[in-house]
Amino acid sequence: MTEVLLSLKGLTKAYPGVVANDSVSFDIGAGEVHALLGENGAGKSTLVKMIYGLVKPDSGEMLLRGAPFAPNEPRQARADGIAMVFQHFSLFDALNVAENIALGMENPPKMGDLASRIREVSEAYGLPLDPYRTVGDLSAGERQRVEIIRCLLQDPKLLIMDEPTSVLTPQEVEILFQTLQKLRAEGTSILYISHKLEEIRTLCDHATILRLGKNVGECIPAETSASEMAELMVGAALTPPMRGKRDLGEVAMDISGLSVPAPSAFGTALRNVHLTVRRGEILGIGGVAGNGQDELLSVLSGEVLTDSDAVKLGRAPIGHLGPVARRQLGVLAAPEERLGHAAAPDMSLTENAMLTGATREGLVKNGFLKWTAAKDFAERIIKDFDVRTPGPENAARSLSGGNLQKFVIGREVLQRPEVLVVNQPTWGVDASAAAAIRQSLLDLAAGGAAVICISQDLDELMEISDTFAALNEGRLSSPRPAEGLTVEEIGLMMGGAHGMEVAHV
Amino acid sequence: MIRLEKRPQPSRAWSLATPVVAVLATMVAGGMLFGILGKDPVEAIRTIFWEPLFGEFAFYYRPQLLVKGAPLVLIAIGLSLGFKAGIWNIGAEGQYIIGALVGAGIGLAFYPLEAWFVFPLMVIGGAFGGWLWAMIPAYLKTRFGTNEILVSLMLVYVAEQFLASMSLGLLRNPEGHGFPGSRNFNSYEGASSWINENAGMHWGVVAALIAVIFAYVLLNRHMVGYHIRLTGEAPRAARFAGVKPARLILFCLGTSGMLAGLAGLFEVSGPSGQVSIDFNVGYGFTAIIVAFLGRLHPVGILLAGGLMALTYIGGDIAQSNLQLPSAAIQVFQGMLLFFLLAFDLLTNFRISLGKPEVA
Repeated sequence: MTEVLLSLKGLTKAYPGVVANDSVSFDIGAGEVHALLGENGAGKSTLVKMIYGLVKPDSGEMLLRGAPFAPNEPRQARADGIAMVFQHFSLFDALNVAENIALGMENPPKMGDLASRIREVSEAYGLPLDPYRTVGDLSAGERQRVEIIRCLLQDPKLLIMDEPTSVLTPQEVEILFQTLQKLRAEGTSILYISHKLEEIRTLCDHATILRLGKNVGECIPAETSASEMAELMVGAALTPPMRGKRDLGEVAMDISGLSVPAPSAFGTALRNVHLTVRRGEILGIGGVAGNGQDELLSVLSGEVLTDSDAVKLGRAPIGHLGPVARRQLGVLAAPEERLGHAAAPDMSLTENAMLTGATREGLVKNGFLKWTAAKDFAERIIKDFDVRTPGPENAARSLSGGNLQKFVIGREVLQRPEVLVVNQPTWGVDASAAAAIRQSLLDLAAGGAAVICISQDLDELMEISDTFAALNEGRLSSPRPAEGLTVEEIGLMMGGAHGMEVAHV
Repeated sequence: MIRLEKRPQPSRAWSLATPVVAVLATMVAGGMLFGILGKDPVEAIRTIFWEPLFGEFAFYYRPQLLVKGAPLVLIAIGLSLGFKAGIWNIGAEGQYIIGALVGAGIGLAFYPLEAWFVFPLMVIGGAFGGWLWAMIPAYLKTRFGTNEILVSLMLVYVAEQFLASMSLGLLRNPEGHGFPGSRNFNSYEGASSWINENAGMHWGVVAALIAVIFAYVLLNRHMVGYHIRLTGEAPRAARFAGVKPARLILFCLGTSGMLAGLAGLFEVSGPSGQVSIDFNVGYGFTAIIVAFLGRLHPVGILLAGGLMALTYIGGDIAQSNLQLPSAAIQVFQGMLLFFLLAFDLLTNFRISLGKPEVA
């Protein structure tokens, strides 16, 4: 390492009941890409928030080029040359690129000047972007480009990127990496937050691994195997899910020529979707978020009704049936949004067990609710799926994301579905919980159920699915056997680079 | 610096304690208000809260509590079902009037027949009238997506015009020497809602108690009640659970209209005695306050209805005995709602003293 840009010494930050960072120390060199690796909840976000001035450390200090550095607010951090690209974009759909960038500036220049500055910077870093395009029309990759250019306009010394590839197709990731390498060549340091090990191995010079708020190790990713890093990150050797030998049975669910208009102005219309899934099969549906995943789930769960023949269970048309009737037939679903869609935040776990379990678990009699039976069902979910909670009387929102997700998946799996549809089953869930959830999906399929797994996590889909298809702008690619698919092929199914120009480095 | 922190889950203790704390705070602030007006604060508070229950003339005021409380509770129970699901029926006053008109109309049509079926028919008519009036905003909402708040509120004024027309025209007492208003039900035995007038007991009191039990069972033990709560808590989760929003709207508005209509019928055939231009005294609007004061909980509403009736009667006594202006009494009642909503915050948030932090 040549020269140290930012040095963290013993940073500690505690929240009520949890120590988010426990004396974390490491150095980021000038012109290096430094990976910050860790599971969800390992304290990565808190750490970068301290660097970016959003959170003040309880103790410890930071040195920027040897001088004490304690930003009180992001403005101060930005003035010292630190910029950050958040995982969730903060852009207004209805405004154009230049207007969005001007909104984030202290003293925005005239629109014309700003537009030409944006053009200059985007040319220089090979990130072609038209300053006058409306953000609502841009793909996720292009929106991220807007955020990156917003940062580059401040000429940063350190660029923090929080899980930048989670919204990109493999081709778009490729383009992003070229840009980052160019930045590094110019001497900009990059702090790259991720839990995707292969990415880190291709891109990063150094890696710091956090577990439960502590720095548990550093390594040079290029010289360390992915499994070694995974072990450091999780703290134990992970057993990959067991894939039993499965025989595919008859067609369980069949969707043909399904088109549904967009439910709202910012929703996605489903266009001519065809899919079949057989008993014992796991169909993985990939794609960047916002390409019709929610809409597809609603159509399958019965929240959105269609022509009866568009959705068939076996040979029986069910497109016109609502969620309760479909549950009766064995079509169950677990939506992505845990709080507010899959579960009611302020209701107890018992009440939430009632939410989808009423029909199949016999929790109702003549319209009257059997709360004791519901409580038993909730307790069974908690026990079988290792949900960490003091008991079923606790509100859903008091559970951590991973625990609630286990509850939501468990609730459906324990109802012995014929067809189970899940959307982002392991989003924001720690590695061991994610492995448990995937295993339960595999077991379910082994037992003869058909599973449709919609996910953005390609590794997950490759791990569990027999067949793979991708959603892109509401269209579903034709399904292909998952085995033997290359990353390039998957990327093309997901829409490739979405017409984004390749960076001209 | 004082900050509010969201609790991981709603505090049960606070949700029970807030009404009590709110009443105490109202007593303190109200006492200060009366003090500034130059009255003895302790005496004023005592007059409002103590006099009707245990004072010298309590024998007269206690039945009044039932008479004033029953319609409030009956209407508020119905409203609370919709409010819990985010369906806002603001027009209970109109449904109350139409229920009274239909029910009273049936009774008057049978006059002077004394038969066992007259009063039950009036009850059915009252329920039907209120239900029908509430079906107008319900149908418009489910069919065209209109706002039920506006439509139900506007229909109150339509109902008032109906009432005026009826008491001056169709339902006017033919032996009333041209005075507006219908025959008096108190002189029509078979059509009176009184059970025991001296004790303040009429069928509306019974109906209110049945409604409380009905609502409690519905909300806690029945699928429909569960769907109502779910819709209010998380509309998307409700759709996912299989709730049909249009049906729920029809049910909630229909039920609240029905109960308001019943309250109107019991009032007109008992305490008020006749259909007159101004027999309605705003129970339909006050019931909105009662519903919230009772935390939209059936038992809470029962207590809140009693408390509201108490401040009305106590307020009247304070006006006549202590010459407090009626506006001061209204401010006092407003304080009660204000403090309740303010302290309500503590159910979901806790106050913490400390440095602010951006997280």
